[in-house]
Amino acid sequence: MDDSISIKTENLGRIYKKEGGVLEALKNININVNRGEIFGLLGPNGAGKTTLIKILTTLLLPSSGKAYVLGYDVETETLKIREKINMVSGGEWAGYGILTVRENLWMFSQFYGIPTKKAKREIDKYLEIFGLEEDANTKISKLSTGMRQKMNIIRGILSNPEVLFLDEPTLGLDVQIARTVRSFIKVWMKEKEGRTILLTTHYLNEADELCNRIAIIDNGEIHALDTPQGLKKILKNKIMYSVELERESYLNLKELPYTTKFTVNPLKDGKIEVKFQIQDENKIVDIFNYLKNNGFNLVSFRKREPTLEDVFIEIVGKEFKEDE
Amino acid sequence: MNKEYIIRNLKAILGRAYPRVIAANREYSWIIADIILPLLSVIAYGTLYKFLGASKDFLGFAVLGGAMSAFWLNVLWDMASQLYWEKMSGNLQLYILSPISLVSILLGMSIGGMLATSLRAAATLIVGTFIFKLDFSLINITQLLLVFFLTLAALYGLGMMLASLYLIWGREAWHLSEFFQEPVYLVSGMYFPVKFLGKVGFFSSLIPLTVGLDGLRQLLFKEGATFGFLSVNIEILILIILTVIYALLAIYYLKKMEYLARKEGKLTIRWE
Ligand SMILES: Nc1ncnc2c1ncn2[C@@H]1O[C@H](COP(=O)(O)OP(=O)(O)OP(=O)(O)O)[C@@H](O)[C@H]1O
Ligand SMILES: [Mg+2]
Repeated sequence: MDDSISIKTENLGRIYKKEGGVLEALKNININVNRGEIFGLLGPNGAGKTTLIKILTTLLLPSSGKAYVLGYDVETETLKIREKINMVSGGEWAGYGILTVRENLWMFSQFYGIPTKKAKREIDKYLEIFGLEEDANTKISKLSTGMRQKMNIIRGILSNPEVLFLDEPTLGLDVQIARTVRSFIKVWMKEKEGRTILLTTHYLNEADELCNRIAIIDNGEIHALDTPQGLKKILKNKIMYSVELERESYLNLKELPYTTKFTVNPLKDGKIEVKFQIQDENKIVDIFNYLKNNGFNLVSFRKREPTLEDVFIEIVGKEFKEDE
Repeated sequence: MNKEYIIRNLKAILGRAYPRVIAANREYSWIIADIILPLLSVIAYGTLYKFLGASKDFLGFAVLGGAMSAFWLNVLWDMASQLYWEKMSGNLQLYILSPISLVSILLGMSIGGMLATSLRAAATLIVGTFIFKLDFSLINITQLLLVFFLTLAALYGLGMMLASLYLIWGREAWHLSEFFQEPVYLVSGMYFPVKFLGKVGFFSSLIPLTVGLDGLRQLLFKEGATFGFLSVNIEILILIILTVIYALLAIYYLKKMEYLARKEGKLTIRWE
Protein backbone atom coordinates (compact mmCIF):
# COMPACT_ATOMS: atom_id res chain seq x y z
CA MET A 1 0.00 0.00 0.00
CA ASP A 2 1.06 3.53 -0.77
CA ASP A 3 3.05 4.87 2.17
CA SER A 4 1.53 8.31 1.86
CA ILE A 5 -1.94 6.99 2.66
CA SER A 6 -2.70 6.44 6.32
CA ILE A 7 -6.34 5.35 6.23
CA LYS A 8 -8.05 3.52 3.43
CA THR A 9 -11.46 1.90 3.22
CA GLU A 10 -12.85 -0.24 0.41
CA ASN A 11 -16.62 -0.62 0.15
CA LEU A 12 -16.74 -0.64 3.92
CA GLY A 13 -20.09 -1.51 5.45
CA ARG A 14 -21.45 -2.14 8.91
CA ILE A 15 -24.82 -3.35 10.02
CA TYR A 16 -26.31 -3.59 13.49
CA LYS A 17 -28.95 -6.09 14.44
CA LYS A 18 -32.07 -4.53 15.77
CA GLU A 19 -35.57 -5.64 16.52
CA GLY A 20 -37.26 -6.72 13.35
CA GLY A 21 -34.27 -6.43 11.06
CA VAL A 22 -30.95 -4.74 10.57
CA LEU A 23 -29.76 -1.18 10.55
CA GLU A 24 -27.21 -0.20 7.92
CA ALA A 25 -25.00 2.17 9.87
CA LEU A 26 -22.38 2.39 7.08
CA LYS A 27 -22.85 1.67 3.40
CA ASN A 28 -20.03 1.28 0.90
CA ILE A 29 -17.64 3.77 2.39
CA ASN A 30 -14.59 4.51 0.24
CA ILE A 31 -12.13 7.01 1.62
CA ASN A 32 -8.39 7.60 1.46
CA VAL A 33 -6.87 9.75 4.15
CA ASN A 34 -3.35 11.00 3.48
CA ARG A 35 -0.56 11.23 5.97
CA GLY A 36 -0.25 14.72 7.35
CA GLU A 37 -3.91 15.44 6.90
CA ILE A 38 -6.67 16.48 9.28
CA PHE A 39 -9.63 14.71 7.80
CA GLY A 40 -13.11 15.57 8.97
CA LEU A 41 -16.25 13.49 9.10
CA LEU A 42 -19.16 15.85 9.28
CA GLY A 43 -22.66 14.62 9.83
CA PRO A 44 -25.75 14.78 12.03
CA ASN A 45 -26.71 12.40 14.85
CA GLY A 46 -26.75 8.80 13.84
CA ALA A 47 -24.90 9.43 10.58
CA GLY A 48 -22.40 6.67 11.31
CA LYS A 49 -19.38 8.74 12.35
CA THR A 50 -18.65 6.90 15.59
CA THR A 51 -19.24 3.57 13.88
CA LEU A 52 -16.58 4.40 11.30
CA ILE A 53 -14.13 5.53 13.98
CA LYS A 54 -14.72 2.35 15.98
CA ILE A 55 -14.00 0.18 12.97
CA LEU A 56 -10.80 2.08 12.19
CA THR A 57 -9.65 1.90 15.82
CA THR A 58 -10.21 -1.91 15.84
CA LEU A 59 -13.04 -1.70 18.38
CA LEU A 60 -15.63 -2.93 15.91
CA LEU A 61 -15.50 -5.39 13.01
CA PRO A 62 -16.68 -4.40 9.54
CA SER A 63 -19.70 -6.30 8.26
CA SER A 64 -18.49 -6.01 4.68
CA GLY A 65 -15.62 -4.50 2.76
CA LYS A 66 -12.14 -3.68 4.01
CA ALA A 67 -10.38 -1.03 6.03
CA TYR A 68 -6.68 -0.38 6.50
CA VAL A 69 -4.85 1.88 8.92
CA LEU A 70 -1.19 2.53 8.10
CA GLY A 71 -1.46 -0.37 5.69
CA TYR A 72 -2.66 -2.86 8.30
CA ASP A 73 -5.97 -4.67 8.12
CA VAL A 74 -8.32 -3.58 10.92
CA GLU A 75 -9.74 -7.08 11.21
CA THR A 76 -6.60 -9.12 11.56
CA GLU A 77 -3.63 -6.86 12.30
CA THR A 78 -5.05 -5.21 15.39
CA LEU A 79 -1.88 -5.13 17.48
CA LYS A 80 0.14 -3.40 14.74
CA ILE A 81 -2.58 -0.76 14.46
CA ARG A 82 -3.10 -0.34 18.20
CA GLU A 83 0.60 0.37 18.68
CA LYS A 84 0.38 3.39 16.40
CA ILE A 85 -2.99 4.98 17.05
CA ASN A 86 -4.98 6.56 19.84
CA MET A 87 -8.47 7.88 20.28
CA VAL A 88 -10.20 10.58 22.30
CA SER A 89 -13.97 10.99 22.43
CA GLY A 90 -16.00 13.95 23.57
CA GLY A 91 -17.64 13.53 26.94
CA GLU A 92 -15.31 10.71 27.84
CA TRP A 93 -15.22 9.69 31.55
CA ALA A 94 -12.32 7.32 31.46
CA GLY A 95 -9.84 6.87 34.28
CA TYR A 96 -10.25 6.36 38.01
CA GLY A 97 -11.75 9.08 40.16
CA ILE A 98 -9.50 8.23 43.06
CA LEU A 99 -6.34 8.97 41.05
CA THR A 100 -4.95 12.41 40.36
CA VAL A 101 -4.65 13.84 36.87
CA ARG A 102 -0.96 13.01 36.75
CA GLU A 103 -1.46 9.47 38.07
CA ASN A 104 -4.21 8.74 35.59
CA LEU A 105 -2.14 9.92 32.67
CA TRP A 106 0.79 7.88 33.93
CA MET A 107 -1.38 4.77 34.16
CA PHE A 108 -2.57 5.08 30.58
CA SER A 109 0.98 5.76 29.39
CA GLN A 110 2.03 2.41 30.83
CA PHE A 111 -0.29 0.59 28.45
CA TYR A 112 1.93 1.91 25.69
CA GLY A 113 5.12 0.85 27.44
CA ILE A 114 6.42 4.38 27.89
CA PRO A 115 9.27 4.49 30.46
CA THR A 116 8.01 6.18 33.62
CA LYS A 117 10.60 8.94 33.58
CA LYS A 118 9.82 9.92 30.02
CA ALA A 119 6.08 9.64 30.67
CA LYS A 120 6.28 12.00 33.64
CA ARG A 121 8.29 14.53 31.65
CA GLU A 122 5.81 14.47 28.77
CA ILE A 123 2.82 14.63 31.12
CA ASP A 124 4.20 17.73 32.81
CA LYS A 125 4.97 19.30 29.45
CA TYR A 126 1.42 18.84 28.18
CA LEU A 127 -0.19 19.80 31.49
CA GLU A 128 1.63 23.09 31.20
CA ILE A 129 0.62 23.60 27.57
CA PHE A 130 -3.02 23.12 28.56
CA GLY A 131 -2.70 25.24 31.68
CA LEU A 132 -3.46 22.29 33.92
CA GLU A 133 -0.21 22.25 35.89
CA GLU A 134 -1.99 23.56 38.98
CA ASP A 135 -4.39 20.63 38.82
CA ALA A 136 -1.79 17.93 38.29
CA ASN A 137 -2.44 16.58 41.79
CA THR A 138 -6.21 17.03 41.75
CA LYS A 139 -8.26 13.85 41.87
CA ILE A 140 -10.01 13.50 38.55
CA SER A 141 -13.38 13.07 40.20
CA LYS A 142 -13.08 16.78 41.05
CA LEU A 143 -12.42 18.02 37.51
CA SER A 144 -14.79 20.15 35.46
CA THR A 145 -15.86 18.92 32.02
CA GLY A 146 -13.40 21.22 30.31
CA MET A 147 -10.44 20.18 32.46
CA ARG A 148 -11.42 16.58 32.02
CA GLN A 149 -11.46 16.86 28.25
CA LYS A 150 -8.06 18.54 28.24
CA MET A 151 -6.76 15.60 30.25
CA ASN A 152 -8.36 13.19 27.80
CA ILE A 153 -6.60 14.89 24.90
CA ILE A 154 -3.29 14.62 26.72
CA ARG A 155 -3.99 10.93 27.26
CA GLY A 156 -4.51 10.55 23.54
CA ILE A 157 -1.27 12.18 22.48
CA LEU A 158 1.03 10.82 25.21
CA SER A 159 1.61 7.65 23.21
CA ASN A 160 2.77 9.80 20.29
CA PRO A 161 0.34 8.19 17.85
CA GLU A 162 0.82 8.32 14.11
CA VAL A 163 -2.92 8.46 13.65
CA LEU A 164 -5.13 10.17 16.18
CA PHE A 165 -8.89 9.64 16.13
CA LEU A 166 -10.96 12.41 17.67
CA ASP A 167 -14.66 11.68 18.04
CA GLU A 168 -16.33 15.04 18.64
CA PRO A 169 -13.45 16.33 20.75
CA THR A 170 -15.11 19.63 21.64
CA LEU A 171 -18.55 18.22 22.46
CA GLY A 172 -20.11 20.12 25.33
CA LEU A 173 -17.12 22.40 25.93
CA ASP A 174 -17.52 26.12 26.38
CA VAL A 175 -16.30 28.37 23.59
CA GLN A 176 -13.01 29.28 25.26
CA ILE A 177 -11.94 25.72 25.97
CA ALA A 178 -13.10 24.49 22.59
CA ARG A 179 -10.85 27.14 21.05
CA THR A 180 -7.87 26.01 23.15
CA VAL A 181 -8.47 22.44 22.06
CA ARG A 182 -8.71 23.39 18.39
CA SER A 183 -5.57 25.47 18.42
CA PHE A 184 -3.73 22.71 20.21
CA ILE A 185 -4.79 20.22 17.57
CA LYS A 186 -3.29 22.48 14.92
CA VAL A 187 -0.03 22.87 16.83
CA TRP A 188 0.22 19.15 17.44
CA MET A 189 -0.13 18.43 13.72
CA LYS A 190 2.71 20.81 12.89
CA GLU A 191 4.98 19.50 15.66
CA LYS A 192 5.93 16.38 13.74
CA GLU A 193 5.62 15.48 10.08
CA GLY A 194 3.41 12.65 8.95
CA ARG A 195 0.85 12.72 11.74
CA THR A 196 -2.76 12.17 10.75
CA ILE A 197 -5.97 13.12 12.48
CA LEU A 198 -9.39 11.79 11.67
CA LEU A 199 -11.94 13.94 13.40
CA THR A 200 -15.71 13.78 13.61
CA THR A 201 -17.75 16.79 14.49
CA HIS A 202 -21.20 18.27 14.61
CA TYR A 203 -19.77 21.71 14.37
CA LEU A 204 -19.51 23.06 10.87
CA ASN A 205 -17.18 25.87 11.90
CA GLU A 206 -14.88 23.43 13.55
CA ALA A 207 -14.63 21.30 10.42
CA ASP A 208 -14.09 24.43 8.35
CA GLU A 209 -11.34 25.72 10.62
CA LEU A 210 -9.42 22.49 11.18
CA CYS A 211 -9.83 20.12 8.29
CA ASN A 212 -7.82 19.80 5.11
CA ARG A 213 -10.62 17.71 3.68
CA ILE A 214 -14.13 16.94 4.80
CA ALA A 215 -16.44 14.03 4.08
CA ILE A 216 -20.10 14.83 4.55
CA ILE A 217 -21.78 11.76 5.91
CA ASP A 218 -25.45 11.10 6.46
CA ASN A 219 -27.39 7.88 6.91
CA GLY A 220 -24.24 5.83 6.62
CA GLU A 221 -23.29 7.25 3.24
CA ILE A 222 -20.69 9.75 2.14
CA HIS A 223 -22.43 12.42 0.13
CA ALA A 224 -19.47 14.64 -0.70
CA LEU A 225 -15.75 14.69 -0.07
CA ASP A 226 -13.57 17.70 -0.72
CA THR A 227 -11.62 20.56 0.81
CA PRO A 228 -13.77 23.13 2.63
CA GLN A 229 -13.19 25.54 -0.26
CA GLY A 230 -14.04 22.86 -2.78
CA LEU A 231 -17.25 22.06 -0.98
CA LYS A 232 -18.27 25.70 -0.96
CA LYS A 233 -17.68 25.88 -4.71
CA ILE A 234 -20.64 23.57 -5.13
CA LEU A 235 -22.70 26.66 -4.43
CA LYS A 236 -20.80 28.96 -6.81
CA ASN A 237 -23.79 29.90 -8.93
CA LYS A 238 -26.30 30.11 -6.15
CA ILE A 239 -27.50 33.49 -4.89
CA MET A 240 -27.92 33.38 -1.15
CA TYR A 241 -29.71 35.71 1.16
CA SER A 242 -30.00 36.09 4.85
CA VAL A 243 -32.98 38.15 6.04
CA GLU A 244 -33.88 39.33 9.52
CA LEU A 245 -37.58 39.73 10.23
CA GLU A 246 -39.84 41.01 12.97
CA ARG A 247 -43.16 39.28 13.49
CA GLU A 248 -45.95 38.61 15.91
CA SER A 249 -44.85 35.66 17.97
CA TYR A 250 -47.72 33.41 16.83
CA LEU A 251 -46.74 33.77 13.17
CA ASN A 252 -44.79 30.95 11.63
CA LEU A 253 -43.10 31.11 8.27
CA LYS A 254 -43.67 27.76 6.65
CA GLU A 255 -42.93 28.49 3.02
CA LEU A 256 -41.47 31.18 0.84
CA PRO A 257 -42.19 31.36 -2.88
CA TYR A 258 -39.39 31.54 -5.48
CA THR A 259 -36.80 30.24 -2.99
CA THR A 260 -34.99 26.98 -2.37
CA LYS A 261 -33.10 25.69 0.68
CA PHE A 262 -35.14 27.87 2.91
CA THR A 263 -34.41 27.73 6.67
CA VAL A 264 -35.64 29.68 9.69
CA ASN A 265 -33.68 30.36 12.89
CA PRO A 266 -35.16 32.12 15.89
CA LEU A 267 -33.18 35.17 17.11
CA LYS A 268 -33.42 37.27 20.25
CA ASP A 269 -36.39 39.64 20.83
CA GLY A 270 -38.71 37.33 18.94
CA LYS A 271 -37.04 38.13 15.64
CA ILE A 272 -36.22 35.43 13.15
CA GLU A 273 -33.45 34.91 10.63
CA VAL A 274 -34.45 33.42 7.32
CA LYS A 275 -31.90 32.03 4.89
CA PHE A 276 -32.66 31.00 1.33
CA GLN A 277 -31.36 30.71 -2.20
CA ILE A 278 -32.90 32.14 -5.31
CA GLN A 279 -32.27 31.44 -8.95
CA ASP A 280 -33.42 34.79 -10.26
CA GLU A 281 -32.23 38.00 -8.57
CA ASN A 282 -35.28 39.90 -9.82
CA LYS A 283 -37.58 37.85 -7.65
CA ILE A 284 -36.21 39.33 -4.44
CA VAL A 285 -38.73 42.20 -4.52
CA ASP A 286 -41.61 39.74 -4.86
CA ILE A 287 -40.27 37.81 -1.91
CA PHE A 288 -40.11 40.91 0.27
CA ASN A 289 -43.67 41.76 -0.72
CA TYR A 290 -44.83 38.27 0.16
CA LEU A 291 -43.22 38.57 3.59
CA LYS A 292 -44.79 41.95 4.25
CA ASN A 293 -48.26 40.77 3.21
CA ASN A 294 -47.97 37.87 5.64
CA GLY A 295 -47.12 40.00 8.65
CA PHE A 296 -43.32 39.84 8.61
CA ASN A 297 -41.44 43.14 8.79
CA LEU A 298 -38.04 43.39 7.20
CA VAL A 299 -35.30 44.43 9.66
CA SER A 300 -32.28 43.83 7.49
CA PHE A 301 -31.09 41.68 4.62
CA ARG A 302 -27.80 40.72 3.04
CA LYS A 303 -26.41 38.66 0.26
CA ARG A 304 -23.92 36.27 1.74
CA GLU A 305 -21.04 33.92 1.12
CA PRO A 306 -21.82 30.21 1.22
CA THR A 307 -20.93 28.44 4.44
CA LEU A 308 -20.45 24.75 5.06
CA GLU A 309 -23.93 24.75 6.47
CA ASP A 310 -25.34 25.74 3.10
CA VAL A 311 -23.25 23.05 1.50
CA PHE A 312 -24.66 20.56 3.93
CA ILE A 313 -28.24 21.59 3.22
CA GLU A 314 -27.55 21.52 -0.51
CA ILE A 315 -26.06 18.04 -0.40
CA VAL A 316 -28.03 16.23 2.24
CA GLY A 317 -31.25 18.03 1.43
CA LYS A 318 -32.07 18.88 5.00
CA GLU A 319 -31.08 21.29 7.64
CA PHE A 320 -28.14 20.52 9.87
CA LYS A 321 -29.35 19.94 13.37
CA GLU A 322 -26.90 19.99 16.19
CA ASP A 323 -27.30 17.77 19.17
CA GLU A 324 -28.13 19.93 22.13
CA MET B 1 5.79 -12.23 20.94
CA ASN B 2 8.75 -9.88 21.12
CA LYS B 3 10.55 -8.40 24.08
CA GLU B 4 8.98 -4.97 23.67
CA TYR B 5 5.51 -6.47 23.84
CA ILE B 6 6.32 -8.37 27.02
CA ILE B 7 7.78 -5.32 28.75
CA ARG B 8 4.77 -3.27 27.72
CA ASN B 9 2.44 -5.84 29.25
CA LEU B 10 4.44 -5.94 32.48
CA LYS B 11 4.18 -2.17 32.69
CA ALA B 12 0.47 -2.42 32.01
CA ILE B 13 0.05 -4.87 34.90
CA LEU B 14 1.76 -2.45 37.27
CA GLY B 15 -0.16 0.48 35.83
CA ARG B 16 -3.51 -1.20 36.39
CA ALA B 17 -2.54 -2.48 39.84
CA TYR B 18 -1.72 1.05 40.95
CA PRO B 19 -5.25 2.48 41.42
CA ARG B 20 -6.24 -0.56 43.48
CA VAL B 21 -3.37 -0.08 45.89
CA ILE B 22 -3.91 3.67 46.01
CA ALA B 23 -7.60 3.22 46.71
CA ALA B 24 -6.71 1.16 49.75
CA ASN B 25 -4.55 3.95 51.09
CA ARG B 26 -6.70 6.95 50.26
CA GLU B 27 -10.06 5.76 51.50
CA TYR B 28 -10.51 4.45 54.97
CA SER B 29 -14.16 3.47 54.89
CA TRP B 30 -13.02 -0.09 54.19
CA ILE B 31 -11.74 -0.47 57.73
CA ILE B 32 -15.23 -0.81 59.07
CA ALA B 33 -16.63 -3.11 56.43
CA ASP B 34 -13.57 -5.22 55.90
CA ILE B 35 -12.13 -5.68 59.38
CA ILE B 36 -14.91 -5.10 61.86
CA LEU B 37 -17.55 -7.15 60.05
CA PRO B 38 -15.47 -10.34 59.67
CA LEU B 39 -14.40 -9.91 63.29
CA LEU B 40 -18.01 -9.82 64.39
CA SER B 41 -18.62 -13.17 62.71
CA VAL B 42 -15.45 -14.49 64.27
CA ILE B 43 -16.59 -13.36 67.71
CA ALA B 44 -19.99 -14.99 67.19
CA TYR B 45 -18.39 -18.29 66.25
CA GLY B 46 -15.82 -17.88 69.01
CA THR B 47 -18.53 -17.51 71.63
CA LEU B 48 -20.31 -20.53 70.26
CA TYR B 49 -17.11 -22.61 70.33
CA LYS B 50 -16.41 -21.59 73.92
CA PHE B 51 -19.94 -22.53 74.86
CA LEU B 52 -19.53 -25.92 73.21
CA GLY B 53 -16.21 -26.35 74.95
CA ALA B 54 -14.28 -26.70 71.71
CA SER B 55 -10.53 -26.31 71.83
CA LYS B 56 -8.86 -22.97 71.40
CA ASP B 57 -7.66 -23.88 67.94
CA PHE B 58 -11.23 -23.61 66.74
CA LEU B 59 -11.08 -19.93 67.53
CA GLY B 60 -7.98 -19.83 65.39
CA PHE B 61 -9.82 -21.60 62.58
CA ALA B 62 -12.53 -18.96 62.72
CA VAL B 63 -10.10 -16.03 62.79
CA LEU B 64 -8.20 -17.42 59.83
CA GLY B 65 -11.48 -17.89 57.97
CA GLY B 66 -12.50 -14.33 58.77
CA ALA B 67 -9.20 -13.05 57.43
CA MET B 68 -9.36 -15.10 54.25
CA SER B 69 -12.97 -14.10 53.64
CA ALA B 70 -11.65 -10.65 52.68
CA PHE B 71 -10.10 -12.20 49.57
CA TRP B 72 -13.32 -13.94 48.69
CA LEU B 73 -15.28 -10.69 48.97
CA ASN B 74 -12.65 -8.92 46.89
CA VAL B 75 -12.91 -11.52 44.15
CA LEU B 76 -16.69 -11.72 44.24
CA TRP B 77 -17.42 -8.01 44.34
CA ASP B 78 -14.42 -6.17 42.97
CA MET B 79 -13.01 -8.60 40.44
CA ALA B 80 -16.09 -10.26 39.00
CA SER B 81 -18.02 -7.06 38.42
CA GLN B 82 -15.05 -4.90 37.55
CA LEU B 83 -15.06 -5.25 33.76
CA TYR B 84 -18.70 -4.27 33.80
CA TRP B 85 -17.85 -1.03 35.55
CA GLU B 86 -14.91 -0.50 33.24
CA LYS B 87 -17.31 -0.75 30.35
CA MET B 88 -19.70 1.75 31.89
CA SER B 89 -16.96 4.31 32.50
CA GLY B 90 -15.52 3.90 29.01
CA ASN B 91 -12.26 2.46 30.30
CA LEU B 92 -12.89 -0.90 28.69
CA GLN B 93 -12.74 0.44 25.18
CA LEU B 94 -9.50 2.24 25.95
CA TYR B 95 -8.08 -1.02 27.27
CA ILE B 96 -9.10 -2.89 24.14
CA LEU B 97 -7.64 -0.05 22.08
CA SER B 98 -4.27 -0.32 23.83
CA PRO B 99 -1.50 -2.47 22.33
CA ILE B 100 -1.56 -4.90 25.24
CA SER B 101 -3.38 -8.06 26.19
CA LEU B 102 -6.55 -7.71 28.26
CA VAL B 103 -5.10 -10.47 30.43
CA SER B 104 -2.55 -7.92 31.67
CA ILE B 105 -5.33 -5.58 32.71
CA LEU B 106 -7.01 -8.31 34.73
CA LEU B 107 -3.70 -9.45 36.18
CA GLY B 108 -3.00 -5.88 37.26
CA MET B 109 -6.42 -5.68 38.84
CA SER B 110 -5.78 -8.98 40.63
CA ILE B 111 -2.36 -8.08 41.94
CA GLY B 112 -3.55 -4.68 43.10
CA GLY B 113 -6.58 -6.31 44.71
CA MET B 114 -4.45 -8.93 46.43
CA LEU B 115 -2.09 -6.34 47.88
CA ALA B 116 -4.87 -4.12 49.11
CA THR B 117 -6.79 -7.07 50.52
CA SER B 118 -3.73 -8.57 52.22
CA LEU B 119 -3.67 -5.44 54.32
CA ARG B 120 -7.25 -6.05 55.43
CA ALA B 121 -6.70 -9.77 55.98
CA ALA B 122 -3.59 -9.11 58.03
CA ALA B 123 -5.47 -6.59 60.13
CA THR B 124 -8.24 -9.08 60.86
CA LEU B 125 -5.68 -11.74 61.70
CA ILE B 126 -3.68 -9.52 64.04
CA VAL B 127 -6.69 -8.12 65.86
CA GLY B 128 -8.22 -11.61 66.12
CA THR B 129 -4.99 -13.06 67.49
CA PHE B 130 -4.95 -10.44 70.22
CA ILE B 131 -8.58 -10.73 71.19
CA PHE B 132 -8.58 -14.52 71.40
CA LYS B 133 -4.92 -14.94 72.41
CA LEU B 134 -4.35 -17.53 69.71
CA ASP B 135 -1.49 -20.03 69.70
CA PHE B 136 0.02 -20.64 66.29
CA SER B 137 2.33 -23.53 65.63
CA LEU B 138 4.12 -23.37 62.34
CA ILE B 139 4.12 -26.90 60.92
CA ASN B 140 5.84 -26.41 57.55
CA ILE B 141 6.68 -23.00 56.18
CA THR B 142 7.31 -24.09 52.57
CA GLN B 143 3.95 -25.78 52.36
CA LEU B 144 2.34 -22.84 54.11
CA LEU B 145 3.63 -20.32 51.58
CA LEU B 146 2.76 -22.66 48.72
CA VAL B 147 -0.80 -23.14 49.94
CA PHE B 148 -1.29 -19.43 50.60
CA PHE B 149 -0.05 -18.23 47.23
CA LEU B 150 -1.72 -21.03 45.28
CA THR B 151 -4.99 -20.22 47.02
CA LEU B 152 -4.71 -16.61 45.93
CA ALA B 153 -3.69 -17.63 42.40
CA ALA B 154 -6.64 -19.97 42.01
CA LEU B 155 -9.03 -17.55 43.68
CA TYR B 156 -8.05 -14.62 41.46
CA GLY B 157 -8.02 -16.91 38.42
CA LEU B 158 -11.64 -17.61 39.25
CA GLY B 159 -12.21 -13.86 39.63
CA MET B 160 -10.68 -13.15 36.21
CA MET B 161 -12.88 -15.78 34.63
CA LEU B 162 -15.99 -14.40 36.32
CA ALA B 163 -15.07 -10.88 35.18
CA SER B 164 -15.41 -11.79 31.50
CA LEU B 165 -18.42 -13.99 32.11
CA TYR B 166 -20.26 -11.26 33.97
CA LEU B 167 -19.60 -8.89 31.12
CA ILE B 168 -20.91 -11.35 28.56
CA TRP B 169 -23.96 -12.21 30.66
CA GLY B 170 -24.75 -8.66 31.64
CA ARG B 171 -26.41 -7.34 34.68
CA GLU B 172 -28.23 -10.47 35.76
CA ALA B 173 -24.89 -11.88 36.79
CA TRP B 174 -25.04 -9.54 39.77
CA HIS B 175 -27.65 -11.67 41.43
CA LEU B 176 -25.26 -14.55 41.06
CA SER B 177 -22.76 -12.79 43.29
CA GLU B 178 -25.43 -12.04 45.86
CA PHE B 179 -26.66 -15.60 45.62
CA PHE B 180 -23.20 -17.06 46.14
CA GLN B 181 -21.82 -14.90 48.91
CA GLU B 182 -23.40 -16.47 52.00
CA PRO B 183 -23.67 -20.12 50.90
CA VAL B 184 -20.00 -20.04 49.99
CA TYR B 185 -19.17 -19.00 53.52
CA LEU B 186 -20.93 -22.12 54.63
CA VAL B 187 -19.81 -24.71 52.09
CA SER B 188 -16.21 -23.57 52.08
CA GLY B 189 -15.98 -23.86 55.84
CA MET B 190 -15.05 -20.26 56.38
CA TYR B 191 -15.56 -20.46 60.15
CA PHE B 192 -15.25 -24.21 60.86
CA PRO B 193 -13.36 -27.19 59.39
CA VAL B 194 -14.88 -28.25 56.10
CA LYS B 195 -14.42 -31.86 57.19
CA PHE B 196 -17.65 -31.47 59.16
CA LEU B 197 -19.53 -31.17 55.88
CA GLY B 198 -18.56 -34.67 54.75
CA LYS B 199 -18.97 -35.27 51.00
CA VAL B 200 -20.13 -31.70 50.34
CA GLY B 201 -16.50 -30.77 50.87
CA PHE B 202 -15.52 -32.35 47.55
CA PHE B 203 -18.07 -30.28 45.72
CA SER B 204 -17.04 -27.10 47.46
CA SER B 205 -13.40 -27.79 46.63
CA LEU B 206 -14.15 -26.11 43.32
CA ILE B 207 -13.93 -22.91 45.30
CA PRO B 208 -10.21 -22.49 45.93
CA LEU B 209 -10.93 -21.02 49.32
CA THR B 210 -12.16 -24.35 50.66
CA VAL B 211 -9.00 -26.39 50.20
CA GLY B 212 -6.79 -23.35 50.72
CA LEU B 213 -8.29 -22.58 54.08
CA ASP B 214 -8.21 -26.20 55.12
CA GLY B 215 -4.55 -26.43 54.18
CA LEU B 216 -3.66 -23.24 56.03
CA ARG B 217 -5.38 -24.50 59.17
CA GLN B 218 -3.47 -27.74 59.04
CA LEU B 219 -0.22 -25.84 58.68
CA LEU B 220 -0.83 -23.18 61.34
CA PHE B 221 -2.50 -24.94 64.26
CA LYS B 222 -1.62 -28.00 66.35
CA GLU B 223 -5.04 -29.53 65.99
CA GLY B 224 -5.35 -28.52 62.36
CA ALA B 225 -4.33 -31.88 60.96
CA THR B 226 -6.82 -33.73 63.16
CA PHE B 227 -9.61 -31.79 61.57
CA GLY B 228 -8.04 -31.69 58.11
CA PHE B 229 -10.18 -32.56 55.12
CA LEU B 230 -7.52 -33.99 52.79
CA SER B 231 -3.76 -34.30 53.12
CA VAL B 232 -1.93 -31.05 52.50
CA ASN B 233 -0.09 -32.39 49.47
CA ILE B 234 -3.32 -33.40 47.78
CA GLU B 235 -4.73 -29.99 48.56
CA ILE B 236 -1.70 -28.38 46.94
CA LEU B 237 -2.28 -30.51 43.86
CA ILE B 238 -5.95 -29.51 43.75
CA LEU B 239 -4.99 -25.84 44.02
CA ILE B 240 -2.51 -26.18 41.14
CA ILE B 241 -5.14 -27.81 38.97
CA LEU B 242 -7.73 -25.17 39.87
CA THR B 243 -5.26 -22.37 39.10
CA VAL B 244 -4.49 -23.78 35.66
CA ILE B 245 -8.13 -24.42 34.80
CA TYR B 246 -9.37 -21.02 35.93
CA ALA B 247 -6.48 -19.20 34.24
CA LEU B 248 -7.10 -20.97 30.93
CA LEU B 249 -10.83 -20.33 31.13
CA ALA B 250 -10.17 -16.68 32.00
CA ILE B 251 -7.98 -16.24 28.92
CA TYR B 252 -10.53 -18.04 26.76
CA TYR B 253 -13.46 -15.94 27.93
CA LEU B 254 -11.51 -12.69 27.65
CA LYS B 255 -10.77 -13.49 24.00
CA LYS B 256 -14.39 -14.38 23.47
CA MET B 257 -15.55 -11.22 25.17
CA GLU B 258 -13.34 -9.05 22.96
CA TYR B 259 -14.53 -10.88 19.86
CA LEU B 260 -18.18 -10.42 20.82
CA ALA B 261 -17.56 -6.77 21.56
CA ARG B 262 -16.09 -6.22 18.11
CA LYS B 263 -18.65 -8.31 16.32
CA GLU B 264 -21.84 -7.14 17.95
CA GLY B 265 -20.70 -3.70 18.95
CA LYS B 266 -22.43 -4.07 22.27
CA LEU B 267 -19.83 -4.35 24.93
CA THR B 268 -17.99 -1.09 24.48
CA ILE B 269 -20.99 1.17 24.55
CA ARG B 270 -21.26 3.12 27.74
CA TRP B 271 -24.91 3.99 27.82
CA GLU B 272 -26.19 0.48 27.28
N1 LIG C 1 -24.11 -1.03 19.11
C1 LIG C 1 -25.12 -0.63 18.36
N2 LIG C 1 -26.20 -1.42 18.19
C2 LIG C 1 -27.22 -1.04 17.41
N3 LIG C 1 -27.28 0.13 16.73
C3 LIG C 1 -26.24 0.97 16.87
C4 LIG C 1 -25.12 0.64 17.67
N4 LIG C 1 -24.24 1.68 17.61
C5 LIG C 1 -24.79 2.59 16.80
N5 LIG C 1 -25.99 2.19 16.34
C6 LIG C 1 -26.86 2.91 15.38
O1 LIG C 1 -26.11 3.12 14.20
C7 LIG C 1 -26.34 4.42 13.67
C8 LIG C 1 -25.03 5.17 13.57
O2 LIG C 1 -24.57 5.44 14.88
P1 LIG C 1 -23.23 6.23 15.17
O3 LIG C 1 -23.04 6.22 16.64
O4 LIG C 1 -22.15 5.69 14.34
O5 LIG C 1 -23.61 7.69 14.68
P2 LIG C 1 -22.86 9.07 14.89
O6 LIG C 1 -22.72 9.69 13.55
O7 LIG C 1 -21.62 8.88 15.67
O8 LIG C 1 -23.92 9.88 15.73
P3 LIG C 1 -23.71 10.97 16.89
O9 LIG C 1 -23.52 12.25 16.20
O10 LIG C 1 -25.00 10.93 17.63
O11 LIG C 1 -22.55 10.55 17.71
C9 LIG C 1 -27.34 5.06 14.59
O12 LIG C 1 -28.62 4.88 14.03
C10 LIG C 1 -27.24 4.28 15.87
O13 LIG C 1 -28.45 4.26 16.56
MG1 LIG D 1 -20.95 9.60 17.50
